[in-house]
Amino acid sequence: MDNSKIGHHISEQFNKELEDIRNNVLTMGGLVEQQIELAVQAFTSGDIELAEEVIKQDNQVDALETAIDLECTQILALRQPTAFDLRLLLTVIKIIHEIERVGDKAERVAEMAIQLAGVESKFPHHELEHMAELVKGMLHDALDAFARMTIEDVSEITQRDDNVDREYENILRQLITRMMEDPRNITRTLDVLWTVRALERIGDHACYICEHLIYMIKGEDVRHLSQSELESKLKA
Amino acid sequence: MTAQRVRTHAIDMSSILRVKGSHHEQNEACIKVENLNLFYGEKQALHDISMEMPKKKVTAYIGPSGCGKSTLLRCINRMNDLVDSARIDGKILLDGENIYDKAVNVAALRRRVGMVFQKPNPFPKSIFENVAYGLRIQGVNDKRVLEETVENALRGAALWDEMKDRLNDNALGMSGGQQQRLVIARAIAIEPEVLLLDEPASALDPISTLKIEELINELKEKYTIVIVTHNMQQAARVSDYTAFMYMGELIEIGATSELFTNPVKKQTEDYITGRYG
Repeated sequence: MDNSKIGHHISEQFNKELEDIRNNVLTMGGLVEQQIELAVQAFTSGDIELAEEVIKQDNQVDALETAIDLECTQILALRQPTAFDLRLLLTVIKIIHEIERVGDKAERVAEMAIQLAGVESKFPHHELEHMAELVKGMLHDALDAFARMTIEDVSEITQRDDNVDREYENILRQLITRMMEDPRNITRTLDVLWTVRALERIGDHACYICEHLIYMIKGEDVRHLSQSELESKLKA
Repeated sequence: MTAQRVRTHAIDMSSILRVKGSHHEQNEACIKVENLNLFYGEKQALHDISMEMPKKKVTAYIGPSGCGKSTLLRCINRMNDLVDSARIDGKILLDGENIYDKAVNVAALRRRVGMVFQKPNPFPKSIFENVAYGLRIQGVNDKRVLEETVENALRGAALWDEMKDRLNDNALGMSGGQQQRLVIARAIAIEPEVLLLDEPASALDPISTLKIEELINELKEKYTIVIVTHNMQQAARVSDYTAFMYMGELIEIGATSELFTNPVKKQTEDYITGRYG
């Protein structure tokens, strides 16, 4: 793995500390990716045990978040980092927050899986799985960009969020139709809606991670910009 | 009780938003260095330096040992004139006037450009006489003028409250931090326009260092300050602008907040993050 961006400090110990932080972020990201995968699987198959496992896994994610936060705080206090090092730590603090939120969303899907297990109903599983694939891919690629410390692909990742939004609206329409057809479906359908909503938010968090990465690499704050503004900033 | 609606437009955002573009504000230059080269004998110590230091702002020079930052600082009040082998070409303009002009009186220049060194160097005299020294050699002997100036200078150097009852004590009996502030008081007693500080806090403990830094912050209301420091966090804390020098060249100068978060040059980045290039 290329570590030219975080290595080469005169202090070997500092190199090691930053490397540790990066590895922990990637571990945390890996855990959350797995959480999404298993949660969706539990949802579509109605596997309660699997869903409970996903919920349990969230403790690990939370523990990693606090541990990484502590590592960052200590480096800020003891080493007074500047320039890229400073931006890296600030970015890590923000990214792990996003990852933790993604974990919460996966947990949410798992909770819904438990709630809806055994209920006989025709939910748009296929679309839901497709959407899960999309957001998982976005998250994976965003974390991959972090691992490689590059922003070559980030605008492509944030672009993909449009597909997620389209898919979301598509499912939403189906769910609304279902509720109108038979009001007895409303409670259950709303549960599905929360699940789909959770997945859609994961895509947003992946986009936020990309924005933080742009700050880390270029030192430019691109939050709250439109996709086209973001792309022109990246070209500049 | 009726709930009051929060009206966002009632919140004054101007101070928050100003932070973003603050370093782009126009500042009048006090000192302008133009194509300055300095040689110690055969060896060139400064290479074609050009920069501006704005009025009533703090500019810090950082860089590794031997990069020329002290040499550059000493050019600003022609201290290098005292080094026989030193030869200079290029200009330094102080308020538009080239200080290397033949017509310039060096003593008068040094009255306008005060300097404080790494080690405090009080005279072996009383505290009062140390501060009054500059005025006395200018021929001021009026007791009331002297007393008033000494008090103001000591207040300016945040030393008055500690020292007002000990004005006749020997200055060498003061602590290092107090001595350094005394030397600053001595420098500002003659009301210079520019203060040059060469590692003013490197021989001091952390508390005295913070007092000096606090003082710098107050002094910039009246003076243009240029400081050389090895302590990068200090440069970051006290200065408005930072110049990074390397091997006699000016690599980068910019707003301190920018230079320490997002420097333009890789050499600057490597230095301030503690990397080997």
